[in-house]
Amino acid sequence: MSPLTVFPEWQGRDLDGILRACLELLEDTRFPTAKRWRDAGGRTVGHFQVYFPEEIAHAAGLLPFKVRGAPIEPKHADSHFGSYLCSILKSSLELALSGRVQLDLFVSHPICDAARNLAAVWGRNASYPCQILYLPQNAGSPSARPYLRDEYGRLRDVIASIAGREITDHDVRASIEVFNENRALLRELYAMKRTTPWRVAAHEAYMLTAIAGLVPREEHNDLLRAVLPLLGEREGRPQDRIRVVFEGGFCEQPPFDLIRAIGRSCYVVDDDLLIGLRWILSDIPLTGDPLERLAEGYLERSSYSPVQHDPRKPKEKLLLERVRAADARAVIVAAAKMCEPGLEEQVTYVHALDEARVPYFVTEFEEGMTSFDQLEIQLETFVENLLFAEEVP
Amino acid sequence: MSAQGVPGVGQDGLVGRGNRDGARLFREWFDGLTAHAEAGGGGAYVFVMGSLGELLRTFDLPLVFPEINSLQTAVRHQAHDYLNEAEDLGYSPDICGYVKADVATQRRGGLLPMGRIPKPTIAVLTNACNTYIKWAEIWERMYHMPSYVLDIPGTREAGRQTWRGDGAFEKDRSYVTAQLRELIGVLEGVTGRRFDVDRLRETMGYANRMSRGWKRVLELNRGRPAPFNALSDGTIYLGVCNGFRGDERGARYFEDLVEEMEVKRQRGVGTLGDERFRLVFVGVPCYPIFRRFNEMFMEHGGTFVHSTYLWFASGGANVGWEYDLTNPIESLAEGLLVGVRDAMDSMFFQTQALARMIDDYEVDGVVFHPIKSCRTVSTGLADNRRALMTLRDTPSLFIESDMMDKRVVSEAQLKNRIDAFFEGLRSRRQQIAAGTR
Repeated sequence: MSPLTVFPEWQGRDLDGILRACLELLEDTRFPTAKRWRDAGGRTVGHFQVYFPEEIAHAAGLLPFKVRGAPIEPKHADSHFGSYLCSILKSSLELALSGRVQLDLFVSHPICDAARNLAAVWGRNASYPCQILYLPQNAGSPSARPYLRDEYGRLRDVIASIAGREITDHDVRASIEVFNENRALLRELYAMKRTTPWRVAAHEAYMLTAIAGLVPREEHNDLLRAVLPLLGEREGRPQDRIRVVFEGGFCEQPPFDLIRAIGRSCYVVDDDLLIGLRWILSDIPLTGDPLERLAEGYLERSSYSPVQHDPRKPKEKLLLERVRAADARAVIVAAAKMCEPGLEEQVTYVHALDEARVPYFVTEFEEGMTSFDQLEIQLETFVENLLFAEEVP
Repeated sequence: MSAQGVPGVGQDGLVGRGNRDGARLFREWFDGLTAHAEAGGGGAYVFVMGSLGELLRTFDLPLVFPEINSLQTAVRHQAHDYLNEAEDLGYSPDICGYVKADVATQRRGGLLPMGRIPKPTIAVLTNACNTYIKWAEIWERMYHMPSYVLDIPGTREAGRQTWRGDGAFEKDRSYVTAQLRELIGVLEGVTGRRFDVDRLRETMGYANRMSRGWKRVLELNRGRPAPFNALSDGTIYLGVCNGFRGDERGARYFEDLVEEMEVKRQRGVGTLGDERFRLVFVGVPCYPIFRRFNEMFMEHGGTFVHSTYLWFASGGANVGWEYDLTNPIESLAEGLLVGVRDAMDSMFFQTQALARMIDDYEVDGVVFHPIKSCRTVSTGLADNRRALMTLRDTPSLFIESDMMDKRVVSEAQLKNRIDAFFEGLRSRRQQIAAGTR
């Protein structure tokens, strides 16, 4: 149990009050929870999108802080990069250079060519260690699992040296238990999105999920345990809205107001927003070597994204499965501007959706976007076309 | 002194032989690919960072390098047609131009300005560039053929490389070895041939000769004047280094090239008649105006004596790694790990290496050339430049364009910046001579 509460603002409030507190936290680009953690003497591991085995940092008593950019001006970071790059790279480095977020270790992953460079760039500008965690890109190989187990072992040693204490198997198992509960709660939230989307708006589900990356996971569990029953009791009736899947939020996040705008005309019944927090699809067993179990979870019981190559998980087929499982009528196929994997996958998704005769809406976004009028009009037209098509016999 | 002004240099046919033979080998290679494609044969699609030519040749699979094919469309001023065709299919203007040119090539039945390439029987790639992986996924969907991603763990943190004997290195090596063994099984399945370890020893022997030669060629350019231009001549050498890795012709070519460069160095023959500024190029060349780009530097007496391209685009062959032929699979794994890791380091963790390059090659200026198409190479360049400036008092130029897309290549703007850069170099030299600096 984390000894410190970094996000007490929601406690003792009604549902609207809780959601307001969550919104205020999510929109605060000073990252107050990370600051409170540090001010109380806590240490922090910043991990870049998409997936990171947070349990290992948690087991050492460190705060795993999800580095996912922010809607901020990259005043300090801009001169460290050239043109033609996604926003998240610049705004993430800005968090460090501007002093908004203080870290003790930064880890990025070879999810894309830009992100792989980030640890090196970060390392040239920070006084703490900055590393690349080489998650395997040959996921189908029998050698991937032992390799990843060893890589997690290496990471455990690095984190232990930062924490100044040993990380035992018992510690990791205890953390896995906390994260198993968290994943179960997030699954419950997403089940609500699918079954009764009128009870939880797209932007509400998003912020409830995103807070996981900002606070100790026990606190997030407390929050979800409190809020899910309240959402379930919410009054409301289904409206005549199109059920859509939003695809393309695996790394750079669309602006919060964009998610809200989509939610005004559609029910977002499933998505890949912050998929790294929901990467592992079922409980990690608490028996055996915990690092091996985590490696097995990453490879064998996991979701999909354009940044993991696994021939056993054809992404376009899994998107269609997501559409079917959520009983969605259409897909919003989005990609962050300048995001190579996202833009490449867009083509594949569109072809697969064409073949399956699933309507889709293609768009690009940037975290710094501030105007959504045009996009909202286009989306409304798309939705009206679909509703009209349903009415025509 | 240039080759033209040296008595006897032209007559023995030595000077310029590397470029002539390189061009000939290239033609032969493409003629072979065209004949193979037209006979309905397939090829192994591979990439420059970790091609595994040594292994694939033992299965008699013709090597197809889509990166090289794509850049050839740009050099021949035809890339825009290919790019437009792929963009019409939905590929964004903001993704890798090589990928798009290849998508259009596949849709044209493999037709390229230099000939026709076979369809892929298999794709073998490393993770040195993430776009390789996305690219192979396109072929998987297009042709329903297997691809094998050989996952090479790179350096985890600046300055923290591990070597043989370190526990961490040995774990990485076992991972690569295990994957190589799997790949051999896949290749046996795809080709219906049994793996022949003696043939592998033979091809690895050729690769050893090539690596030895390539390392020496790079060293010889420390001479003043530099015997070859890293950007123009170097790109020809790279073509052979990749296309003929594990092939006797490639081994012989580099031995001949060493001979040529040694002679040029002994006779004081530079690639440029009047070498005034020694430059390093960091990034990927501007292929849409390949010749003109280089001329803009040559006009000021600037010679590219080295480049990071000669490192990473040779897949790390520059380190001169030589295989232990008595232990071929393990040694191939180690060589692959060391070479591909070096290629990645020369993109991500290049600051110290650039500083050494400045010292070893007596460099006057560094040209950083990030491009729209390649984030692997370009993402860190601005920051690397800042870091290098704190290590060495060497002027640098930062110019952006592309390797494929002429829409983002502004020749006038480039020339303006390049002219100003040389103005600065000249002024600096005058200040040093006058003792005011």
